[in-house]
Amino acid sequence: MIMDRFARQQVLPGFGKEAQEKLKHSKILVIGAGGLGCPALLYLAAAGVGTIGIMDGDMVSLSNLNRQILFGESDLGLNKAETAAHFLKSKYSDIHIDCIPEFITTENAAPVISKYDLILDGSDNFPTRYLVNDICVLLKKPLVFGAIYQNQGQVGILNAKDSNSVNYRDLFPDPPTAYEIPNCNETGVLGVLPGIIGTIQATEAIKFITGFGSTLIDKMLFYNLLDHQSYEVGLNKNPDAHLSMPNTIAEFMEVDYAVVCGNGDSINWVEAIGLLKKFPDGKLIDVREKDEAPRLKKIKHLSFPVSEIEETIGVLNSIDPVLLFCQSGIRSLKTVKILEKAFPGKKIHSISGGIEALDSPINKNYHGN
Amino acid sequence: MIKVKAFGMVAEKIRTNELELQYMPDTEVLLGFLHQQFPDLKHIKFSLAVNRKQAVGKTMIPLGAEVALLPPFSGG
Repeated sequence: MIMDRFARQQVLPGFGKEAQEKLKHSKILVIGAGGLGCPALLYLAAAGVGTIGIMDGDMVSLSNLNRQILFGESDLGLNKAETAAHFLKSKYSDIHIDCIPEFITTENAAPVISKYDLILDGSDNFPTRYLVNDICVLLKKPLVFGAIYQNQGQVGILNAKDSNSVNYRDLFPDPPTAYEIPNCNETGVLGVLPGIIGTIQATEAIKFITGFGSTLIDKMLFYNLLDHQSYEVGLNKNPDAHLSMPNTIAEFMEVDYAVVCGNGDSINWVEAIGLLKKFPDGKLIDVREKDEAPRLKKIKHLSFPVSEIEETIGVLNSIDPVLLFCQSGIRSLKTVKILEKAFPGKKIHSISGGIEALDSPINKNYHGN
Repeated sequence: MIKVKAFGMVAEKIRTNELELQYMPDTEVLLGFLHQQFPDLKHIKFSLAVNRKQAVGKTMIPLGAEVALLPPFSGG
């Protein structure tokens, strides 16, 4: 028997040369070479996946080094995709590594993703996760999802086969707002957690490609580092999943995922009232002109018409969060964008549907008339 | 009785990752009870599973069932 670097997996019962050939001819894109992406990339490359794409526009920083195990002190300030690609190429000459040193956007997503058979999401924020899910649905690409929160992880295979497969929006139709879920930078993480979850992602990708074992297709596995408990949930199709999802590539390219996912996002009236209770420095502001009806009566608010925004902008200095509403939610969303440029870091929201949305049954207690 | 298992931020809001509650017939009644007991839960989005199957919309809860409260994670 000829010894090659895959000898140990080729003699594994149920895997063998056939599975190895499937890996060799597979093309996997890893989005994000971070805590999840680093271990996933190391194992996919070691296993002999023939083509691996690495997509990340971020630079290596010192606080990454507890978990992003492809990088070391000499890599600080370097692009993660380029550094990871360079390292993996130096280890293995028999696989092809594509380096894409950019963040994924609605512009570059379709041309990049369409080149691969399977996508592994190792990103670290909701805008990217919803963007990646939606383009994978549109391009019919299986998606190995993985994410962490403090000491817990989630992993599963989404959009595995056809339109009957579940996607991320079947489980979570709409993204949380910026207030709901802090990210890793705010909550901390032990480096081994993304190591475990990223390794499970690589495992699932290898099993999916080769047909080895049973996979987490249409399932979400929850894992807790503190006690090693895991909890597997079977996922179902959700009629709400399609409400917020783009139906075509053209629609996809029009979506502003940062806005959709809470960075200057739209919130509903119930969330707005909740924020006003929670944050004493928060204010509700009507950005319509003063003669527009109906006026809001039951909820305390300020009136700063868009036409006078330049004169009144200074008042916003001491207000945080700023909650804007108009007639239907369009002008207030545009105003959010203007104010975000003037006040980077301030939490500024538009109330979706505007004052007209107060007519919905859930909001009737707040209606002014 | 119903066993409730909570994950991620939901477990933080209800200050435990496991609860035992009196029987409730469906997920809407359960959610109403949880929102009343733990008002902070109103401000976060999460999905539910009954006996390890994702519950979409109002779902019956069988006697002795286990209900999981599943928030999205985004970190990586």
